[in-house]
Amino acid sequence: MTSRIAWIAFNTFREAVRERVLYNLVFFALLMVASALLFGGISIGVERLFLINLGLTSISLFGVLIAIFLGIGLVFKEIEKRTLYTMLSRPVRRWEFIVGKFFGLAGTLVVNTFFMALGFYAALFYLARTLTAADASLLVAIYFIVLQFLMVTALALFFSTFSSPVLSALFAFSLFIAGSFAEDLRAFAALSQVGSTRWLAIAAAYLVPNFSALNVISSVAHGHPVAGALILDNTLYALFYAGAALFASILIFEHRNLK
Amino acid sequence: MSVRKRTTVVSSVLLAASLVGSMLMLRRVDALRTGATLEEVLYVTSPRTVKRMSLGYDGLMADIYWTRVVQYFGRQHQARTRRFDLLLPLLDITATLDPHLIVAYEFGSFFLAQQPPEGAGQPDAAVDFAERGIRENPTEWRLYYHLGFIHYLERKDYKAAAEAFQRGSEVPNAHPWLRTMAAAMAQFGGDTRTARFLWQKILESTQDKLIRANAVKRLRALEVDEVVPALEARVQLYHQNNGHLPASFPEMIAAGYLRGLPRDPLGYPYKLMPDGRVEVESPDDLPFINKGLPPGRQPNFLYIPPPAKK
Amino acid sequence: MAAIEISGLEKTYSVGFLRKREVRALRPLNLTVEDGEVFGCLGANGAGKTTTLKLLMGIIFPTGGSARILGLDYRDPRVRAQIGFLPEQPYFYDHLTAAELLEYYAQLSGVPAAERKRRVPRMLERVGLPDVGGLPLRKFSKGMMQRVGIAQAVLHDPKVVFLDEPMSGLDPIGRREVRDLMQGLKDEGKTIFFSTHILSDAESLCDRVAVLHQGELLCVEKVGELTTAKHDHMEVLWQGDAALAKDFAALGAECRITGDQVRAVVPEAKLNAALDLLRNHRARLISVIPVRTTLEDYFLQRLAGSAGSKEAKP
Repeated sequence: MTSRIAWIAFNTFREAVRERVLYNLVFFALLMVASALLFGGISIGVERLFLINLGLTSISLFGVLIAIFLGIGLVFKEIEKRTLYTMLSRPVRRWEFIVGKFFGLAGTLVVNTFFMALGFYAALFYLARTLTAADASLLVAIYFIVLQFLMVTALALFFSTFSSPVLSALFAFSLFIAGSFAEDLRAFAALSQVGSTRWLAIAAAYLVPNFSALNVISSVAHGHPVAGALILDNTLYALFYAGAALFASILIFEHRNLK
Repeated sequence: MSVRKRTTVVSSVLLAASLVGSMLMLRRVDALRTGATLEEVLYVTSPRTVKRMSLGYDGLMADIYWTRVVQYFGRQHQARTRRFDLLLPLLDITATLDPHLIVAYEFGSFFLAQQPPEGAGQPDAAVDFAERGIRENPTEWRLYYHLGFIHYLERKDYKAAAEAFQRGSEVPNAHPWLRTMAAAMAQFGGDTRTARFLWQKILESTQDKLIRANAVKRLRALEVDEVVPALEARVQLYHQNNGHLPASFPEMIAAGYLRGLPRDPLGYPYKLMPDGRVEVESPDDLPFINKGLPPGRQPNFLYIPPPAKK
Repeated sequence: MAAIEISGLEKTYSVGFLRKREVRALRPLNLTVEDGEVFGCLGANGAGKTTTLKLLMGIIFPTGGSARILGLDYRDPRVRAQIGFLPEQPYFYDHLTAAELLEYYAQLSGVPAAERKRRVPRMLERVGLPDVGGLPLRKFSKGMMQRVGIAQAVLHDPKVVFLDEPMSGLDPIGRREVRDLMQGLKDEGKTIFFSTHILSDAESLCDRVAVLHQGELLCVEKVGELTTAKHDHMEVLWQGDAALAKDFAALGAECRITGDQVRAVVPEAKLNAALDLLRNHRARLISVIPVRTTLEDYFLQRLAGSAGSKEAKP
């Protein structure tokens, strides 16, 4: 079982690589180089701040875009192109397929983020001529970004099991934006008139992925450490949430008559 | 049980468990992060940056920030911290994003002005913020109203309050009440001429019985507040010239310091007290007077008639 | 033990607005395929052949019935290791090379690593693709894809092989090669279940055939029995006076004239009379061959019969 999942994951990763997704790294690298040179040239006291904000935001946005664009096709494409036919006739359980796909895309994003982090630290080093202990706290921000990726991937995969790519992309983007304002959405919901709509609003606001808590870019840019308890809770939250989306995907796919 | 059924059951259970787990974690994260989003406000170099970053969706961002103001205020209030450091930056951003979000100016200036723990205790900032709102929305009479109250309640600057109400009353479709407030402020601040002028105007322009009655009372009080000091000055003059206080008004009349027996607006004669002060006969019938009161008697607080029902 | 036992397997789709309309893609099907048999499933497009295969592979779910393969419930994952499937017009991950695909699929089918190393190149050779191991699948022609398809279907040495229209879209050389491959599989003792609408293929390969029409099983027969039935006609091929054709016609023959050759199908009883005719007129006799009912005739007959019986029903 595990080896089948691993192989499906590996194949998903291989597909992403051969689809030249990793070329985005080139663009990111260029961006980092340009920024480092640009910010290094001006000296107004906030070069480091700008670079961190730009770098981390780019890592986050690039990754989310990749997660969505690849994720929405994960299952849909296989059904459309019927590559699944010869897959299902093998001893592969449908749920193993879903899990394998998830790990494949998640793995792609982790690798992508790893290289981006290298480029980012290189730019930081160029700017500051040294790396301090404070720079380690940036890793927490990157780690949170990876947790975001897990959630977005799981969501995109979920939509992919039943919806066409255009709709899936729409849903996934909307949830990403809503999730970035999740805390405000919950505040809105809490302010609404008491009644059935209020409960619905609150429920919806809680189901939205809590990306706002995973975005600590500003904090780490200003050198504020992130509480250990927050790291732990966010990790568990992301795992539970991604897991929920994954199990929902499994449920849907398990009962789906393919073409 | 077939494989498919087994998978279905297991996945359903795990799905439910994960949802519950994520909700629990979410609440814990929320608890850890109270105020964290808002702290980030301090990192923003300028509200203009926020505006640029909204990519044109200013209105929505303004609404989001306004909700944050309310949340923040409520939370600080509940925690009884007496500190509202982020209030002004948040309001600044909100107003930059949407200069026409009236409610932000209205309640924002109010929250800013009030003393802790009710508010931030920054009345000057409150005035600036309200004035900013007026600049951006000169026809919103409600903003002048709020400004006037800030001057009156928190800064005790009655002149400024009167001015604010006066400016507001000139806005077309302003609530007629603003004029009442302007007049009351002027009177309260000791500017009797302006007050008299304003009350007179109110008396002439309204048919509402209550408002008219109130204006009349005000004018009467104004008269008393003018007459009593003048009388007392005459008494002192007499004292200076004659070396002793007069025993009664007729004595002063006889000595040529008065022409006739002074009567208050209700028709009662004023009373000359042995220590040279002048008092009114019946203070209860003359609300709003500051002068002519027996010792120890406080002047009436502001009495404003309820607005006429339209 | 029967290799495949299908009991009452059926599939009905609900289509249309509000899902009111029902389409019966497959009526309850009862079928048994013996071990080592080559079983053909014949029918026009839309007859239900592919539906049957998709049901057995778990691609779609039945609305009723069940099936057993190699004695186990067809949904049992253990079954999947023992079967191979070639879908119609197969499509594979086109970012992979043929070798990578086979490696991947072999892994998923549980073939151990050492075995995989051995089998993949051998399988590619066997299906006639010895040199394309490094070529990405997106560059493959249709025929090449079909061969890869067969390779992935048998790579893990399954006992039962399911093929959906294995010859479709192939040129005559390709078809011949696939036929040889299938014969080879049969020789290895595998059970083959394949569907086709090309009758000559079924004729040459199958032990038994089933005929499906509009989702319904019409019959199951041994191929030999179908076609060796009655040769009550003889085909006489002769060269000579075309005028003779009229005389032949009088005997009850059907004649076709091509240039100076005539092909006449004569009732067996009249054969001798026909040959006498030729001898008397000194026509040159080229050949006399018994005419067998082809599978096509049988098929069309059955269809006509079922259509007739369908109309008979109220």
